[in-house]
Amino acid sequence: MYGKEHMSTGQRRLDIEEIGGVTVARFVDKKILDETNIQNIGNQLFALVDEDGRKKIVLDFSIVEYLSSAALGKLITMDKKVKTAKAKLRLCCIRPEIYEVFEITRLNKIFDIKSTQDEALDGI
Amino acid sequence: MAVHDQFEVVIPSSTEAGQELLERVMGRIESLESFSMKDAFGIRLALDEAIVNAIKHGNGFSPDKTVRVNCTIADDLFRIEIEDQGPGFCLEDVPDPTEEENLERPCGRGIMLMRSFMSKIEYNATGNMVLLEKIPSAK
Repeated sequence: MYGKEHMSTGQRRLDIEEIGGVTVARFVDKKILDETNIQNIGNQLFALVDEDGRKKIVLDFSIVEYLSSAALGKLITMDKKVKTAKAKLRLCCIRPEIYEVFEITRLNKIFDIKSTQDEALDGI
Repeated sequence: MAVHDQFEVVIPSSTEAGQELLERVMGRIESLESFSMKDAFGIRLALDEAIVNAIKHGNGFSPDKTVRVNCTIADDLFRIEIEDQGPGFCLEDVPDPTEEENLERPCGRGIMLMRSFMSKIEYNATGNMVLLEKIPSAK
């Protein structure tokens, strides 16, 4: 069983589900802008790797309408942690406006981004 | 040019005050037909970056420091000046986050996003005041 300790660090900002050995983390906020909120999201993301030792993670952005550069920073740190732990990370269901943010910052070159959750789960 | 809102406020260096300002401005922008949803998306993103920069990087969340905001919202222009009481910074010192060696740095993307989504972005010489302007996209 995975520990739930990290969920107590601030309000829960991710819905976690296990699908066929893959951890699917769905953001619960439409707007990932607020500084405190971003800290909480970062802590909860990092705990998936650092505390739970999860090896296959899909981040589902279905609900996300906005995210700031600080949120991008947390995703980059998450990506580094995942690589260090020799785990795998995919992003999916990113709206076109948000995807443009990834393109402008060229982060679409770093992250493995899939259109749908099914594609993200396939062969990870 | 119909001006829908014009105000100058001084806010404390807190995340809550920043978010309140953001929602005030966006409430007006989103109520106007001249700004598309895509325009509004870019303004929210850029404005959030500018406010966070002032409160966090400029004033360091100091309760002794404030942020001055001068905003005009018209049919054909959104304009905002945001001035903090920090030491400022030199724009040339901010590394290009899209360069290969900087791609994995977790910070430095805010200014780039502001530049991409706004029609105009200018800093004063000290670097503690930013001017953002957005002309609505042609429909």
